[in-house]
Amino acid sequence: MADIPEDILRRSAEARAKAEGRPVEEVLAEMTGEAPAASSPAEPAPAGTEPAPAPAPPETAPAAPPVASGNGGIDVAALSVETGVPEAILLRATRARAKHDGLPDPTIATPAGGGTAVATAPPPTTTAPAPAPAVPEGVRTQRLLTVVKAGAIQQVKREPTDKVSVWPHLLAIEFVALLVILVVLTAVSIFVDAPLLEFANFNEQPNPSKAPWYFLGLQELLAYFDPMVAGVFIPTFGLIALMFIPYVDRNPSIRPSDRKLAIMIFTFFIVAAAILTIFGSFFRGPGFNFVFPWRDGIFFDDLLTILD
Amino acid sequence: MAEGNGNGGITGLLNDLSEQFRSSQVWTSIFRPGSPFRGGYSDTPRNRSYVVMNNVMYHLHPVKVKRHGVRLSYTLCLGGLSFFLFVVLTITGIFLMFYYRPTSPQAYIDIQALATDVAFGQFVRNMHRWGAHLMVLTVFLHMTRVFYHGAYKPPREFNWVVGVILLLLTLLLSFSGYLLPWDQLALWAFTVGSTMGSYAPVFGDSVSFALIGGVQISADTLLRWYVLHVLFLPFIIVLFMSVHFWRVRKDGGVSGPL
Repeated sequence: MADIPEDILRRSAEARAKAEGRPVEEVLAEMTGEAPAASSPAEPAPAGTEPAPAPAPPETAPAAPPVASGNGGIDVAALSVETGVPEAILLRATRARAKHDGLPDPTIATPAGGGTAVATAPPPTTTAPAPAPAVPEGVRTQRLLTVVKAGAIQQVKREPTDKVSVWPHLLAIEFVALLVILVVLTAVSIFVDAPLLEFANFNEQPNPSKAPWYFLGLQELLAYFDPMVAGVFIPTFGLIALMFIPYVDRNPSIRPSDRKLAIMIFTFFIVAAAILTIFGSFFRGPGFNFVFPWRDGIFFDDLLTILD
Repeated sequence: MAEGNGNGGITGLLNDLSEQFRSSQVWTSIFRPGSPFRGGYSDTPRNRSYVVMNNVMYHLHPVKVKRHGVRLSYTLCLGGLSFFLFVVLTITGIFLMFYYRPTSPQAYIDIQALATDVAFGQFVRNMHRWGAHLMVLTVFLHMTRVFYHGAYKPPREFNWVVGVILLLLTLLLSFSGYLLPWDQLALWAFTVGSTMGSYAPVFGDSVSFALIGGVQISADTLLRWYVLHVLFLPFIIVLFMSVHFWRVRKDGGVSGPL
């Protein structure tokens, strides 16, 4: 557990110290001291070592007893009482293990200092008792027993990451963000009415006629290019290019300093789109000709209703 | 709530009552174990996990997220706000559907009536319209945020593609609603937008015919875009949103830190 980053450990200790009203150093010392014992799960002998003569206690056992049975045979009955595993199952598991390893049946008591194979087996590392979880009344606990071959155990180490609970931390932020946007939207909706001009008239085209604002960049392009280019090719190509960004940009780094080119290109197009949209919205008047909004007025119906 | 009792008075009584109510069978059948709405909720790590894990919230959020992902300045909540605006637009949109007939000239009259005959009609319409504009903005900003964080890189490539499709669908949803008031602004803005489709090479005329439901814009166009706006596009966008949210979680949540 020594691989928990220092800062995470420290923050955790500070939080606990604050909650319990104790000095940070004391809590920190306690955590670093106790952490290995408290957090190492009761597991069978580590992979790679010779199998222990006794079956490992089940992982869920609230208090894994010391199973090192010395040099003698294994007292299955005593073990059964300690672990709560039925005696018959323990007996069968122990015999099967011994048979598999080619050892003499360990359940038959041998004189102390006997069986060499048993003697060389290292004491299991499962002596650290896991703290018994507080089980509320009326809750039935269950126990699972499984036979795991020593070679099948893989020790996977996971990098500890700095994580926080979604509730309350993330959900609280999201809720506030939601309220803020709702308040803004409500306030705008109270004070600004959505536009409604005269009844649709096919014979009277307003001058200029403009698309919704998010298409005004494209409409602006229509002033420079052939309609097929501005109206079809550029938007289609733009969408496809957007979708292909992850497959074209093979640079694995996400640090801004490593991806200057990507950021530059993307920013260029975003700014270009913004400029075209602003230009189409405010700087185009009758006949879609160039105007200065401060001199000639605004020709953008959506916005006009807001200003009125 | 023992302290409440100790204080006596109405507060204590109310506290007791509320605790009793929140522990009743009906209430606890609604809120699953670990819910903060249940009686006897305590702020423990286990309950913090249950709040998410035992509730419908688990479809959207894992139990824990990276610390930097919670920082407001990292995501600016833009994705979540886009989704929230979609919900607001759905609710206000359903309200508007009660009072709207997609025929000519009835559509225009109905929109006028919203302002005069319907309680909160104009207000809800305003919310729908400004909310739609806002959603286009938040979706777009969400995309730029994701780009600058490099959050489209493996394993999130496909979710970026889904996101671009969602941006397109958002634009289409907004645009399809633009025609519905059936006023001069709607008609001619829509004309400008839909004419672009007719410039497509080879299929130009067919595209145009399909878009406006005839050779020129008419009441048929209105019905066509109404159905697109209230049924077809929302249906499609919900499908893509489901995939999008699912992949956010499966691809490891918020990317980074930088």
